[in-house]
Amino acid sequence: MLKAAPADSSALISRSPGYWATVWRRFRRDPVAVGALAVILLLLFLAILAPWVAPQDPYYGVTLRRLRPPGTDGYPLGTDELGRDMLSRLIYGARLSLFMGVTPVFLALIVGSVIGMTAGYVGGLVNTLLMRTIDVFFAFPSVLLAIALSGALGAGIANGLISLTVVFIPPIARVAESVTTGVRSRDYVEAARASGAGAFSIIRHHVLGNVLGPIFVYGMSLIAVSMILASGLSFLGLGVKPPEPEWGLMLNTLRTAIYTQPLLCALPGVMIFLTSISFNMLTDGLRSAMDIKA
Amino acid sequence: MLVYIAKRVVYTLPTMLGVALVCFMLVHLAPSDPLVSVLPPDASENLKQQLMVLYGFDRPYWEQFVKWLWRALQGDLGTSIRTSRPVVLEVAKAVSNTLMLSALATAIGFLLGTFFGFVAGYFHDTWIDKVASAISVVGVSVPHYWLGMVLVIIFAATLGWLPPTGAGPGGSEAWKWDWEHVSHLILPAITMSVIPMGIIARTVRALVAELLSQEFMAGLRAKGLSELGIFRHVVKNVAPTALAVMGIQLGYLLGGSILIETVFAWPGTGLLLNDAIFQRDLPVLQGTILVLAMFFVVLNVAVDVLQTMLDPRVMRS
Repeated sequence: MLKAAPADSSALISRSPGYWATVWRRFRRDPVAVGALAVILLLLFLAILAPWVAPQDPYYGVTLRRLRPPGTDGYPLGTDELGRDMLSRLIYGARLSLFMGVTPVFLALIVGSVIGMTAGYVGGLVNTLLMRTIDVFFAFPSVLLAIALSGALGAGIANGLISLTVVFIPPIARVAESVTTGVRSRDYVEAARASGAGAFSIIRHHVLGNVLGPIFVYGMSLIAVSMILASGLSFLGLGVKPPEPEWGLMLNTLRTAIYTQPLLCALPGVMIFLTSISFNMLTDGLRSAMDIKA
Repeated sequence: MLVYIAKRVVYTLPTMLGVALVCFMLVHLAPSDPLVSVLPPDASENLKQQLMVLYGFDRPYWEQFVKWLWRALQGDLGTSIRTSRPVVLEVAKAVSNTLMLSALATAIGFLLGTFFGFVAGYFHDTWIDKVASAISVVGVSVPHYWLGMVLVIIFAATLGWLPPTGAGPGGSEAWKWDWEHVSHLILPAITMSVIPMGIIARTVRALVAELLSQEFMAGLRAKGLSELGIFRHVVKNVAPTALAVMGIQLGYLLGGSILIETVFAWPGTGLLLNDAIFQRDLPVLQGTILVLAMFFVVLNVAVDVLQTMLDPRVMRS
């Protein structure tokens, strides 16, 4: 029994693949989604390995060589308004830009799921109170809420992260609440309760399994929005402060050179665009692979 | 129907109170003293106390909130620290400018979005669908402030066809519907229209594709209905949702115009907020956000009610 032939076991696996294996197989057949995943992995790779990949120091500039166009000798993408190497700054910029875009969604996923699942599972007055409070934050357009909060709190990475997290908690809590409410009244949850399962074990075994999939995909779709918003905050002068390399902030400081070096000015925006469209396409691919309706 | 509308409006009141509370708290969320932008750094403790009393900051929070809300209900949002003018006047002028810009942007976005959405949904899963869908993904993914810069680079800096920033000669005070002024509206409006275009196209595409796959469509075709007749059925079914999305998008644009207005120096709420944030003019910050958020709440209710009137199925669900 222990020495099962390898051919047999692989046949067994291909006959009854697990849920995630099916998702992966469907996902693999979607060239656009796979391409998007490759771009995101490449950006992540650049961000982590920035000190080894970047040709120059992103903080060191030579004022004499400022605003050189892309293609200049030694500066493949030119230099910025302080004579710093553009390519190196774009590579290092991936670090803060990705961090500022992904972290708020991740934090909001945790807080929003807890709020939504509590409201959905407990129901009654708790649900009303929690969800009506969430409704108040829905009354603000997301860009306005993010800018209002970080405008009041002041510039800085931490304040930017806090504002964006607050923006993404309400929509995630709403999705978590509606899925949990739907699951709660199912027969198998009733059966689990009848056989003596406690609230936490029901949430862990029955609610979480149902909530995580939709929430995860929804969170992925928010990353694209979060990237644009986070860079937008830095673009306004909130969020990340100079001299840190961040794409939104670079776009802002290069704005003065729009007439002299138009191509150079547009570069940081290309990076933001590339990241956000990749996340959107990855989410679309995941959605159809997991068969979740938008 | 009237009962439904009344219910919907009453249901909104606690939300509005909550919105007001959040706006009120914004000032007290600020890490620095709310008086920091009024007082000189070497102000005496005595003067500071006097001003605290004058502005009412020495009272408990709930009392300040009630007083602030009561005044706001009567149309008094305080005085701008920067210009010493009533906040209401500053906000009203800015809102009308932003409304002009975002209404035009929503209209462009709606026309293009429904067109691309219809084409993509109608030719579902063909190359036409792929192209139209790609355009809508670009619309929702592009950082619009960057798109604004790119348009300025192309049409203002390189071609010189359109002005890059501002609201024309004499600023927004001297606004007229002539080319000299309207030309300033074109680039920001096109930039802004990209977001609603993408979202409306996505919504319409999904609706049209689902509708065409339903059995009654095959029935209508079997009956011998022309493609034009089919098209009419589709429009009737899709219109209420598409219009509702458009209404909500207008609200989002009104609140989210700050980035685009900064790029184009358009004298609306975005520019006002930007100035208020960086000069710590907290009454203006608070007042602008209150007005924009309330506008968004009212717009949401209006859209809900209109949608119910157009499509009674919404109320039942």
